[in-house]
Amino acid sequence: MTIDLENINVILATDCGSTTTKAILIEKIDGQYRQTYRGEAPTTVEKPFANVTIGVTNAVTEVGELAGRKLTNEDGTINQPAQGDDGCDLYISTSSAGGGLQMMVAGVIAEMTAASAKRAALGAGAIVMDVISTNDKRRPHEQIQRIRELRPDMILISGGTDGGTTEKVVQLAELIAPAKPQPRFGSEYEMPIIFAGNKMAASEVELALQEDWIDLAIVENLRPKLEQENLGPARDKIHDVFLEHVMAHAPGYDMLMDWADAPIMPTPGAVGDILQTIAKKENINVVGVDIGGATTDVFSVFEGTFNRTVSANLGMSYSISNVCAEATMPNVLRWVHFDMDERQLRNRVKNKMIRPTTIPQSLESLIFEQAVAREALRLAYIQHKEFATTLKGVQQQRTVGDTFSQQTGGNTIVNNMTLNLLVASGGVLSHAPNMNQTAMMLVDSFEPEGCTDLAKDSIFMMPHLGVLSAVHPEAASQVFERDCLVYLGTCIAAKGLGKEGKLCFNWTLSGDVNASGTCNFGDLELIDMTPDQTATILCDPVRGFDLGAGNGKKVSHEVRGGTVGLIIDGRGRPLGLPEDRQQCQMSMKTWVENMALYEEIDVAVATA
Amino acid sequence: MAHAYTPGLKVTNRMKHSAVRMLPIKGDVMVKVGDSVVADQIVAATYMPGDVYPLNMANLLAVPPKDVLSLMMYKEGHKVEKGEPIAETPGIFGKFKKKYNSPYVGTIETVSDVTGQVILRGPDIPVEVKAYITGTVTDVNPEIGCTVESDVAFIQGIFGIGGETCGTIKFAVESSDETLTASSITSDMKGCVVIGGARITDDSIEEARKVGAVALIGGGMDDQDLKEFLGYDLGVAITGSEKKGITVIVTEGFGDIAMANRTFNLLKRFEGHEASVNGATQIRAGVMRPEIIIPIESGDSEVEKEHEGGYLEIGKSLRIIRDPYFGIIGTVKALPSEPHVLGSGSKARVLEVELKTGESVIVPRANVELIEE
Repeated sequence: MTIDLENINVILATDCGSTTTKAILIEKIDGQYRQTYRGEAPTTVEKPFANVTIGVTNAVTEVGELAGRKLTNEDGTINQPAQGDDGCDLYISTSSAGGGLQMMVAGVIAEMTAASAKRAALGAGAIVMDVISTNDKRRPHEQIQRIRELRPDMILISGGTDGGTTEKVVQLAELIAPAKPQPRFGSEYEMPIIFAGNKMAASEVELALQEDWIDLAIVENLRPKLEQENLGPARDKIHDVFLEHVMAHAPGYDMLMDWADAPIMPTPGAVGDILQTIAKKENINVVGVDIGGATTDVFSVFEGTFNRTVSANLGMSYSISNVCAEATMPNVLRWVHFDMDERQLRNRVKNKMIRPTTIPQSLESLIFEQAVAREALRLAYIQHKEFATTLKGVQQQRTVGDTFSQQTGGNTIVNNMTLNLLVASGGVLSHAPNMNQTAMMLVDSFEPEGCTDLAKDSIFMMPHLGVLSAVHPEAASQVFERDCLVYLGTCIAAKGLGKEGKLCFNWTLSGDVNASGTCNFGDLELIDMTPDQTATILCDPVRGFDLGAGNGKKVSHEVRGGTVGLIIDGRGRPLGLPEDRQQCQMSMKTWVENMALYEEIDVAVATA
Repeated sequence: MAHAYTPGLKVTNRMKHSAVRMLPIKGDVMVKVGDSVVADQIVAATYMPGDVYPLNMANLLAVPPKDVLSLMMYKEGHKVEKGEPIAETPGIFGKFKKKYNSPYVGTIETVSDVTGQVILRGPDIPVEVKAYITGTVTDVNPEIGCTVESDVAFIQGIFGIGGETCGTIKFAVESSDETLTASSITSDMKGCVVIGGARITDDSIEEARKVGAVALIGGGMDDQDLKEFLGYDLGVAITGSEKKGITVIVTEGFGDIAMANRTFNLLKRFEGHEASVNGATQIRAGVMRPEIIIPIESGDSEVEKEHEGGYLEIGKSLRIIRDPYFGIIGTVKALPSEPHVLGSGSKARVLEVELKTGESVIVPRANVELIEE
């Protein structure tokens, strides 16, 4: 259907999550699109309702009541088009209900075509359950056993550049056919398999996968040359298959697809789309993070290249125990500025895991949860940096100067020094009692360098805006800038290491705020700058420190204020905390005080 | 009124319980509707296709892939023994032939002339499904499985380790707040489902395993002890497949926490009865909790109301499930409607709880669960 963008004044968007369906209303006010009302209701995919549209109608009804606008008809459908104070002109939706989209991918070489296939699947918003490749160090029968155990919604096979290996690609297909993976939706479900590999191997692959339980689709090679990735066709096909097969098996989605004016997208795919749109429009590098109870999604756009990773078992409730196991308790506790009993903490972590909806009551409990969050975010970002790399396997011209360099391609494209904007979303970041805590969780775990703006997604509307950006980019970017992001402030951080207390850099701030100061190694300082204030900061680092212009070179940055202000971070990069527990606690205590993170901790409560 | 958080744990003295017993693939169902079965009786069996062994025959014989088919000594579907020759090169003038002997017992499934790969399928793997609970077969799904139904007393735990087992209920403690230690485990507990009170200690698990107890049930356990028992730090709460020789279930949570009196008393009432237990736990979409199922005589005795959460009302008994008051029992004293600023600085809806000591504390509504004392 064609949409007349000129006549769209009222937009309704929903995001059907695993537990909650969130609806927002966007209205054109004085020629500008603004998000005006929001509502939510429990998602109704599971029994006894088993129909996603019931939750959608409930959430939309709540928005309608708040807005004084009749958005639903008597039969629960969406009231379209808008007439006077009733109805809406456009309805769009995303979904991650029922566990989202779960995929298995396969490629010939783990670091090359299999990595590209994984990027395509993640970029489309999927959870990648496993990556099978000929060099993944598992023996073929172990790979087959693994394929048997998984219950994916679809499989993506890549492998071989165009005109390259055929044999290895067909071998992959020959592993999948006898394994006969069981889909989540029961034995009647035809397993969609997308082949996006060497086009010369397509007919052989088709032959190898000629089974009545397979629905094979062949698309353009996602790695036609070693130097080139072509993820678009595979991603589009994944979205098509998601709609045709996966969503069609989720209760009520056929009806929801009828209601929506644009294809329903997987929630993380939509978040990726809005971040790409903004990065392109502003010509900036962006990192976004969404930390949930079970998983942490990291999105990045550097020099126009988009990457997304899902850390499946890093989260704050269902996965909190896994964060502590992976990070280890000493690493979690280094972010806590007082003593805690480890045996007791271990029990607390497990109790949170088995009763995931409880909330921290005491300050001590909150501080511990935020320490866990720092480690979850840090680990998720490490995984993201390892994944978001330049293409591996590409021949590189090397000069004499590179003789002693060990780099062989596949370097991370994530560069914290060129990062312009870091966006936070997810419970522990969004619902922190004060935003200084949100800002410091971001700074401590992502370690931005140079000058970086910090923001948070006010009410997690990035998924809605992602779908909207595909239909109405102007409305999406207006709402994103005005209503979606809450700017926390700017972080100025020096890269490099030095001696505690020795000069790191001098700075001078001029503009709406005028100030100057000295930042010694180990210092962390907060300068008041309100959201409407901007200024230019001139930094003069000593040798060994870089703030964006190079080692020891002066640099100036435009900085903006926010609900937190301007953070001057002289703790160095990579950020290392003192090994000695007592010394670490002392440093943390100073930083906590300087950043006004927490009120005085009640020792009686801490030991209760 | 507000709904109290509850993990939805069911504790009841009588209910109809159906256990669906299914084969992973089609096979033989050995029972018919109306049959009486006991817990460890096999009700269905089948053979799973064996493991798959791909053999890169082209490489093994050093020939092009397209020649492999003609060099195979047997066709697809032929059964071969370990060490039996399955492919042979023609050699030169009939000499210097190269044979390849099968490294496994199995059946030749496919031979590819594109990749030169031979897929050898190992012998079928027998799979047996037991009744799990003593009862009557009420439904048979031909070639797939059956449903066993029984009147049971049913208790859900909150976390468990290990899979299905059954045994006689035997108590190792006197009261619900008694810690279970190794000294309480005796040799006559072999084959038994052993009941503790509050915390299960690591030495009690070890001793129970030594004497041959099939399961250990208690109020709580320390995570440190769980780590030592498993040999690793459990990250994701998906359990049930551990092969530790014993199934362990905690009914309340982690730490030194007494078993709820209602659960303890119900188990006490059925001391000496057979119980089927399963420690499998999954805390995520499709929640699965560990269970203790005690088949009882069918009859008309009064069915107690199930304990499955409910509404917070003044005077109701509850337990606080989060620090700083974790495990403390009290009653609802007041339900202020306005959000309250917590010690953490967050705003949340709260309730006032009167503790048994007479003291009152303010607690977020998300941090309590209703109990019946």
